Amino acid sequence: MIETDLLIIGAGPCGLFTVFEAGLLKLRCHLIDVLPIPGGQCAEIYPKKPIYDIPGYPSILAGDLVDNLMDQIKPFDPGFTLGERVEKVEKDEDGKFIVTTSHNTVHKAPVVAIAGGLGCFEPRKPPISNIEDFERKGIDYIVKDPEKFRDKRVVISGGGDSALDWALFLADDVASEVSLVHRRSSFRGHPDSVDKVMQMAESGKINLITDSEVVKVSGNGHLEALEIKSKKGGVIQQGLDYWLPLFGLSPALGPIADWGLNITKNSIEVDTFDYSTNVPGIYAIGDINHYPGKLKLILCGFHEATLMVQSAFKTVYPDKKLSFKYTTVMGGISGF
Amino acid sequence: MSIIKVTVIDREEVEHELEAPTDMNMNLMELCKAYELPVKGTCGGMAMCASCHCYIESTHELKEASDDEEDMLDQAFFVQDNSRLGCQVFLEEELEGLIIRLASEG
Repeated sequence: MIETDLLIIGAGPCGLFTVFEAGLLKLRCHLIDVLPIPGGQCAEIYPKKPIYDIPGYPSILAGDLVDNLMDQIKPFDPGFTLGERVEKVEKDEDGKFIVTTSHNTVHKAPVVAIAGGLGCFEPRKPPISNIEDFERKGIDYIVKDPEKFRDKRVVISGGGDSALDWALFLADDVASEVSLVHRRSSFRGHPDSVDKVMQMAESGKINLITDSEVVKVSGNGHLEALEIKSKKGGVIQQGLDYWLPLFGLSPALGPIADWGLNITKNSIEVDTFDYSTNVPGIYAIGDINHYPGKLKLILCGFHEATLMVQSAFKTVYPDKKLSFKYTTVMGGISGF
Repeated sequence: MSIIKVTVIDREEVEHELEAPTDMNMNLMELCKAYELPVKGTCGGMAMCASCHCYIESTHELKEASDDEEDMLDQAFFVQDNSRLGCQVFLEEELEGLIIRLASEG
């Protein structure tokens, strides 16, 4: 079991800076993130995009901001659990939180700060009413083991790199039949992949169905057929073994939504006095929280983190008197 | 400062006539959020989530969608020929009288 003073869920800029502010108060931190690297959206989605509203930086690349934050918190030696999604929160007999991840890693802390940003990224599901009936029974949103599709009839939907790459891979003597369904006639993936897909379509290895989308799924226990509608009005029935709708990822709150926190518009309600939630000991900071006047900005998240740790300190050490110090008069940062 | 009128038809078919400033480099997603219409704008306007997907219902000639926007629309649902991402359509005087419809959230 991993034990710490302040458990931070989300290792985006706001979660990372929390380590610094908590460290100044001698609180140790551990961060959990579903992504395999720290930095959240800044690292995963737009590392090469410049950000213009970080005080003191007229322009800084999102990836560089993350690198700088990692340098800044280094003296405080935070722990990381990466590539795992938080699933469960419970309380043990001495009132501490026990947080368990998707990989069954167990963490224990008196205070939890949720800095989860937009939430965790989950596959975007086509809006077909009974689609969930066939999930893992013929419909997969992520390819984990391509061998599963050996000698099977596979339909892939999507027009991006992931759809193209898997179509190419599975059509190369893995699946018995590969169809690629896309809503337009052109593809926007990597030009090299697009060329290869077109070549394989010409040689009959990939059945290309463009200007079309899957509108219905059916089967008896396991997926058996798709109804594919063309923009021009035609409808075809396609028998198959597996359908892979590959439409990228979209953010969702995930299991946190079931933790008994007050939630408005996909965000966690907090008290702006200390960014506490309705559950004592659990705080929410950054893009994931909501309060009147909320702005989803990194700089607001930094401010929220700073005030939050003052309150968190009192929870961890109810009897200690908090002494706030300016970093300028400390003669440098003393870490752990 | 110049103000244009933009009509937004929400998902319950209710029409909202909005006053939109053209001198703030504002986009349709931000305009809808400013009026508290049900547009999430999850990614903050980077053409990365499609939560501001809308249909252009009037005959205005809009600037062409960028590759980023088209890429994102490829991953969205209920996409039509008049689909756009609100965050990529900036408010300009030429858009006076624009009518848009919010796409289903899927």
